[in-house]
Amino acid sequence: MPEEKKAPPRDLLTRIQEIAAREGVPISASVAESLRAKLQSLRLSPADATKVVHEAVRRFARAEVDPHESVGIIAAQSIGEPGTQMTLRTFHYAGVAEMNVTLGLPRLIELVDARRVPSTPMMTVHVDKKLKGERDAVHQIALQIEITTVPDVASIGTVVEELKVVVTPRADLLEARGVKRAELEAALRENLDGRLFEVKPGSGGGETRALEIHLKESAAGAAKSRKEELTEEMPFKKLLIASEEAKAIQIKGVEGIRRALIRKERDEYVIYTEGSNLDGVIEIPGVDPVRTTTNSVFEIYRVYGVEAARAALIYEANRTLAEQGLGVDIRHLMLVADVMTNEGDIRAIGRHGISGKKTSVLARAAFEITAAHLLRAAITGEVDELKGVAENIIVGQPITLGTGAVNLVYRPLGSGAASAPAPKAPPVEGEA
Amino acid sequence: MAQGLSKRIKSLQFAFLSPDEIRRMSGVKIITADTYDDDGYPIEMGLMDLHLGVIEPNLRCRTCGGRVNECPGHFGIIELAMPVIHVGYAKEIKRLLQSTCRACGRILPDAPTHRAESMNDSDDAAPAPRPRDSKEERSCPHCHEIQQRIVLDKPTTFRENSHKITPKEVRARLERIPDEDVRALGLNPRFGRPEWMVLTVLPVPPVQVRPSITLESGERSEDDLTHKLVDVLRINQRLRENRDMGAPQLVVEDLWELLQYHVTTYFDNQTSGIPPARHRSGRPLKTLAQRLKGKDGRFRSNLSGKRVNFSARTVISPDPLLSINEVGIPVEVARGLTVPLEVTVHNQEVAKELVRRGPSPTPDEEGRYRCGVNYLVREDGQRIKVMEKNADACAELVNPNSIVERQLVDGDIVLFNRQPSLHRMSMMAHFVRILPHKTFRFNLCDCPPYNADFDGDEMNLHVLQSQEARAEAKVLMKVEEHILSPRYGGPIIGMLHDHITAAFLLTYKDPKFSKSEVTYLLSKLNYPVPPPAGKDKDGEPFWSGKQLFSLTLPRDLTLEFRSNIWAGCNDPPMACKHDAIVVIENGVLKTGTIDKKAIAYEKGAILDAIARDNGMPRARQFLDEMSRLAITAIGLKGLSTGIDDEDVPEGAIKEIHSALEGARIRVGELVEEYHRGKLEQMPGRSLEETLEVMVRRELGQARDKAGDIAGRYLGLENPAVILAKSGARGSMLNLTQMAGAVGQQSVRGERLLRGYVHRTLPHFGRGDLGADARGFVSSSYKRGLSPTEYFFHSMGGRESLVDTAVRTSRSGYMQRRLINALEDLKVAEDGTVRNTAGTVIEYKYGEDGIDPTRSYQGVPVSLDDVVAQVLGRRIRSSDERKPEGPSGGAAPPVTEEEMDLQAEAQLEEEGEEEETEEFGTPEEGPEFGGE
Repeated sequence: MPEEKKAPPRDLLTRIQEIAAREGVPISASVAESLRAKLQSLRLSPADATKVVHEAVRRFARAEVDPHESVGIIAAQSIGEPGTQMTLRTFHYAGVAEMNVTLGLPRLIELVDARRVPSTPMMTVHVDKKLKGERDAVHQIALQIEITTVPDVASIGTVVEELKVVVTPRADLLEARGVKRAELEAALRENLDGRLFEVKPGSGGGETRALEIHLKESAAGAAKSRKEELTEEMPFKKLLIASEEAKAIQIKGVEGIRRALIRKERDEYVIYTEGSNLDGVIEIPGVDPVRTTTNSVFEIYRVYGVEAARAALIYEANRTLAEQGLGVDIRHLMLVADVMTNEGDIRAIGRHGISGKKTSVLARAAFEITAAHLLRAAITGEVDELKGVAENIIVGQPITLGTGAVNLVYRPLGSGAASAPAPKAPPVEGEA
Repeated sequence: MAQGLSKRIKSLQFAFLSPDEIRRMSGVKIITADTYDDDGYPIEMGLMDLHLGVIEPNLRCRTCGGRVNECPGHFGIIELAMPVIHVGYAKEIKRLLQSTCRACGRILPDAPTHRAESMNDSDDAAPAPRPRDSKEERSCPHCHEIQQRIVLDKPTTFRENSHKITPKEVRARLERIPDEDVRALGLNPRFGRPEWMVLTVLPVPPVQVRPSITLESGERSEDDLTHKLVDVLRINQRLRENRDMGAPQLVVEDLWELLQYHVTTYFDNQTSGIPPARHRSGRPLKTLAQRLKGKDGRFRSNLSGKRVNFSARTVISPDPLLSINEVGIPVEVARGLTVPLEVTVHNQEVAKELVRRGPSPTPDEEGRYRCGVNYLVREDGQRIKVMEKNADACAELVNPNSIVERQLVDGDIVLFNRQPSLHRMSMMAHFVRILPHKTFRFNLCDCPPYNADFDGDEMNLHVLQSQEARAEAKVLMKVEEHILSPRYGGPIIGMLHDHITAAFLLTYKDPKFSKSEVTYLLSKLNYPVPPPAGKDKDGEPFWSGKQLFSLTLPRDLTLEFRSNIWAGCNDPPMACKHDAIVVIENGVLKTGTIDKKAIAYEKGAILDAIARDNGMPRARQFLDEMSRLAITAIGLKGLSTGIDDEDVPEGAIKEIHSALEGARIRVGELVEEYHRGKLEQMPGRSLEETLEVMVRRELGQARDKAGDIAGRYLGLENPAVILAKSGARGSMLNLTQMAGAVGQQSVRGERLLRGYVHRTLPHFGRGDLGADARGFVSSSYKRGLSPTEYFFHSMGGRESLVDTAVRTSRSGYMQRRLINALEDLKVAEDGTVRNTAGTVIEYKYGEDGIDPTRSYQGVPVSLDDVVAQVLGRRIRSSDERKPEGPSGGAAPPVTEEEMDLQAEAQLEEEGEEEETEEFGTPEEGPEFGGE
């Protein structure tokens, strides 16, 4: 991709483009570039090379779309038709054996629906280039991303007789999660209600020394709610609260990331996460924000904007189809993504998105919620300009795409008006 | 025929009908709830009044004097005794009431602005922004009237501080809103005053809209709308009487509400909050809104799609001798379908002759079908049915300017379609061939685009009626124009099944054919027998299979690629042991085996190359000839497969057994380890999951191993293997399942689990995690499944059936939505993609303005082809096909691993394709393939 563009022998590329320009064919940059690469690798004589370029340009021109082509319908059919061949099995392997990701038809529908949160959010986190081969460093980053809660590193027990909750850190778990006992202690202190509970060191020593949560004598004089009174009578209820709260405490990690796995891909260790939080993860030092991505299109939209969201939509849709072994030209996916992002935000394909926003009353009525659209149209005195496909079919006249877009007026020689030699009238385009 | 003049509706204006307008357009005022008198004659001022139009013959419309087919019908009116709210506008009325002064009707300062933008949203989705719900009192700046809170008690009752506001009062308030304020509220007074949303007169639709049907018994059955109108009339009458008699307020109000109910259900019988009006039988009435709504409503069923004439439908069957551009049509069908023939001075005589033949002419001397004429349209527009009896008389009526509707003849162009019409290739133009027998027939190569098979499928046929349509069909819709699919820029029409087998048999290891064989092979083709390839030891000349295949290729075709049987060897083409590298030079197949990769749809490299470089007609010719050659070849060589093709020697069976036994033992060990807690947990997985993953991996390997063992004894001399390896049908996986072991059955991607408490079947112990207890089928299809295995297998099979059923509906809806969202987009003349509003969607279609159909698998230009053409030789590496996109960075480079996965997924896909024959797909590799 672009970053790896070698210092090009400029003249070759420009010459290719010159030839194309002379022919009046707007060849794409990628074709010009691959042509350049081809010519370079073949080492042809200048004459042959010129011939090759000319032929390529000629073929490019031949492959261009025709004006008035109904590209929208073609795109919709090209994406919809293979839908019947896709699996419905929601979960499928995707890169990491240990992780399930929604794929197949449900995923495609999810993309087209522009759902805020995908059913299985997932991130692919790349680390800075200089760290990419170092497993330990990557592991450390993964630990910082993955949410670690108290039960992940310690066992929590309640001692009712002594009215305390004992949190016993386990050395192996602390180690595995890269958490220090101090961090655990800090997390407990910070998150437990200081007015009710007190964290004290317990038995044991070193890193595995237990932490005990004791009940505080309730602040005297403070007005007590009914609930407080109740727990007052039965202090063990408070203990229960304490242990429940302790279990929920998050020691570290990025919100929403339930799991982070490391996988080696070629010469690089990549972190895959279950759950997605793009803004959170790219803030972590060591994470390469440029190559890190998520399968949540909406998150990409929020963090990077529509253009990125468009690219993400195309990428995700393409990936979903390719994984099923279905070849769908990327131009179709681009068109769908462009339609969805045309207004600057992501709009769904369907009643609440694009279809509901159509200008034509009849087209909307024909799609869904018929009566409501017709009634509304009368209120505001809407006008249907009959420019689209559905409207014209409804009123029974040719549609405005393809051959229907061109109106040809033919005045037979000698027929009708005496102004006999009708001038060679050029085809009239537009409304007759 | 109007020449060069056609009217076009430019736009439609939507508006309200004002009470005045309703009265003006009304032909009669309806007052009686009765329809017909005892003699069956419509009662005057009843719902079937003759002023409303006529639906019975011999009667004339009292309004326009027209007969049944002349009178379009006329509206009537019902004068409502008391005004009622129009249900559809209840919410709008509420908004207006809230936004205007209750006394003077002027707009209030904090009135919610009209949702002009969001108006198109489903109206129940977003309720109008409510005026501040605050307790503080609002007063009108114009008249200082204190405003009250207005609530809508659904569906049609308005309350102000829990006092009911009658529709009359509502109407009075709406009347007070001045036009400027109406405009400010988002309504257009030119097209409707707000008070018109409260009905004082009800238009009665013409009888044509609600025809009554006479049953055989002579009994009349009225339309639902008529029933509803009868209700309205009855209550209206009673309400008027009671009101005029000065009945108690309570009675009048009750009747008024009843009237409101009837009018409401007349508009929409599915209004939430009120019980739907029912027929005597208990069936809810289908009233106005129901007529329009939904799949069977007016819009989707009658306006967006219409029933047509000049169409036919029958069962389809294959005919390899037809061109892909043709369709075989039974004589019976051809006789019923006509093409209008415009008579001119030039064809007058021919036309007369045709008419003289009548509608069912006798066959000609050679027994061939001859077309007849069904109708004659005289100069004055009168249609005359041509019959045996009046044929000669009709012929005399033929003159220039009359139209003769002649029956189909060979060479006519028709549209051919199979539902579901998922893409444009579902409807293509074919040339007619009239044939005996009763089915539509076409070349097998046309099956993939239609997704047709011959297990009872039916297809539709439409005969084009105008020159424009025929021209367009010929240029754009012919089958040959659709060989390349716009979906992926490769062929979608191509060889399949037996064609591929035949091509394989014809070319694999270059078999030799004797003169008589060659004569037979070429009998269906229009080629002279080529010079023999050599002489065998008896001095008899022989021809080679590759030589015969080459006959069908264009002379200038130069191509090199790997065939489907290629197994990864890197030998140079000529030295390949499997004859798996195809080299074609100048239209001659030098080496290699022709199979799926060469000529099949979706894949075929040769097909692709011909279509692109030699043009569609040549590609069509290739397909036509190739399918003829293939059918004769397979007829000559023969291929049959049966259950004994999966026979493997005794030793192999033993080997398979021990492999499976080994796996079973290892699974037992894993389970044991798990129970003892010795199993090493995988990162991010629970212990149970870890066990599952490992067991599945073990069993998957066992199945593969069993397959490998069996596969060793299944060589390319085995017909079933030929089918699989050449890509004609089935896969090695299928064979493995028949000869080796069926493998793990799964539901929801997991080993079988459900059934009894903690076990799948009572044959197993509770909590048994072993292979057999969780659905591993170690028998082969050939050997037969044990009862438990059979049961497990059908569990897997059931899932795939359910899956298919659910999938079709889901993907169907997705496609409907996609089509609806994108249907109006087109490439404008400046190369941008725009919608109907003129908004630019893309500045350049697909970022490079290339039509995917004409692209080379998505790439605008195949440089290899260019170089080959310019230099006249092909540079190596023609097999590379970049699936990458044009310029966007969207498509990531595919890693090797991914490619394997894709291939495997594809394999699986093909295995379970359409037919239900392939139940219970076993667990497939991908899950374990990683790492």
